[in-house]
Amino acid sequence: MDRVAIIGASMTQFGERDGWVLDLLSKAGTACLADAGVDASELDHLYVSNMASGEFEGQTGIPNALAHDLAATPAYTARIDQTSSSGGAGVYAAWQSVASGASDLTMLVGGEKMTHRSTAEATDVIASLTHPVEYKHGVTLPSFAGLTARLYLETYDAPRESLGKVAVKNHRNGVDNPHAQFRKEVDLETVLDSPIVADPLRLYDFCPITDGSAALLLCPESVAEEYVPADEYVTVAGIGGATDTHVVHERADPTTMGGVVDSSEIAYEMAGLGPDDVDVAELHDMFTILEFLQSEDLGFFEKGEGWRAVEEGVTDRDGELPINTSGGLKSKGHPLGASGVAQVYEIFAQLTGQAGSRQVEADVGLACNVGGFGNCVTTTVMEAGR
Amino acid sequence: MSDPNAAGDDEPVFEAAEYADGTVTYPPHPVGPNGADRVGTIDLREYDAAVITWTESTATPPGVRAPNTLAIVEFDLGEEYDGPPVRAIGQVADNADVDVGDPVTPVHAEELRDPDAGIREPDSQDWDGFRFEPVE
Repeated sequence: MDRVAIIGASMTQFGERDGWVLDLLSKAGTACLADAGVDASELDHLYVSNMASGEFEGQTGIPNALAHDLAATPAYTARIDQTSSSGGAGVYAAWQSVASGASDLTMLVGGEKMTHRSTAEATDVIASLTHPVEYKHGVTLPSFAGLTARLYLETYDAPRESLGKVAVKNHRNGVDNPHAQFRKEVDLETVLDSPIVADPLRLYDFCPITDGSAALLLCPESVAEEYVPADEYVTVAGIGGATDTHVVHERADPTTMGGVVDSSEIAYEMAGLGPDDVDVAELHDMFTILEFLQSEDLGFFEKGEGWRAVEEGVTDRDGELPINTSGGLKSKGHPLGASGVAQVYEIFAQLTGQAGSRQVEADVGLACNVGGFGNCVTTTVMEAGR
Repeated sequence: MSDPNAAGDDEPVFEAAEYADGTVTYPPHPVGPNGADRVGTIDLREYDAAVITWTESTATPPGVRAPNTLAIVEFDLGEEYDGPPVRAIGQVADNADVDVGDPVTPVHAEELRDPDAGIREPDSQDWDGFRFEPVE
């Protein structure tokens, strides 16, 4: 079967940006087309990953608006909303469009504009994904993280410091990412002394509120070299999407993300690869606890052992399995619809040798994008061009 | 299982659903986790509950008390029940101190947050519910 190739990638600076969502999407889209030397008029499909442009800034209909701004009409277009995993779901939609033969050239652009809202307002927009019995109690995504972190630490006898070390590691990685919102190291003491947000988690256990955009260009692998040399593209070896319960407390084991387990099994099977084959991974560390849960549910480590890997430096950039070389959502930032796309951008950069001072030795990379608190997940396994 | 509607009880009911295969969920869904039809209602006020985890949330959205101590509690439906755990999430009454394993009892509150302050349409859902109070 002809695989789908990613032949171009781009991302804007993440952080507090002057532009609104369409400006950000346009910047990333234009840069992505330039990266592969493609004209927008060649696009068959154009997807936009975005969670809440209507709620954040009162702008809807952004896929068509972007198609017009980029002169990509009459390309087919659609918005992909899967909350925080809108980016991963967009990767799935873009992959599907090419793999099915419906499109010979697809661009995916993910983006979100959030920082003009207060933290309380942005938290409420995101919390609106919760079930009514959760929402009416004031349950937020950070509070899910606090509840789960306590359960994890008690169940697996993990030290609180191990969560802090995720933040320290990812901030250290973010220093070398020119697109990251925070390019500043933090020490463990700072993390552990920061204000409580959702006990036992503190400020530095959480990603920031972010503006930004990222884009990818996809085509059949059989024609990839018509656009770029073989060492400048990657292939989607396997991709899987899955859901877990909407109501978080109904899960049999709240420290297991079923959507991560199920989506990764699909992706591994499609790729003919397993967790031991992965050389570098970008995980959805919206909260530090999520890096433990995903690293276990993806099969990298035994259940309850993910914290030990961080303690032992296994997931450091120079470790056996580097995780979040980009700085992760924690340091790079989390513009909701862009994050899953930016994860793939990082793996694309690593597998094509374009990661600069973040570069690691890697032939196989994985991105895991999580929506809600594990409600929706897309896992993508990528290989360097063949 | 009891049927609170049949009992003529006018007090607010902590409504969970029972399905044809014997499983129980809170909140109720149109069908059970295994696809079985809903066959009844049980009132979780009648069962013992204990905290399985908790958090004190300080960054609360508009209309929500700050801080907001939340707990996930698990109900003991008795030895005859062999379905998945029956749990609920809710505010801890008066932000009282709780710990994992502590027994709690549900207490009804008319309004858990200000319905007019948040992003969700006020008429789209109920705003009353059950907080959890530690059992002395």
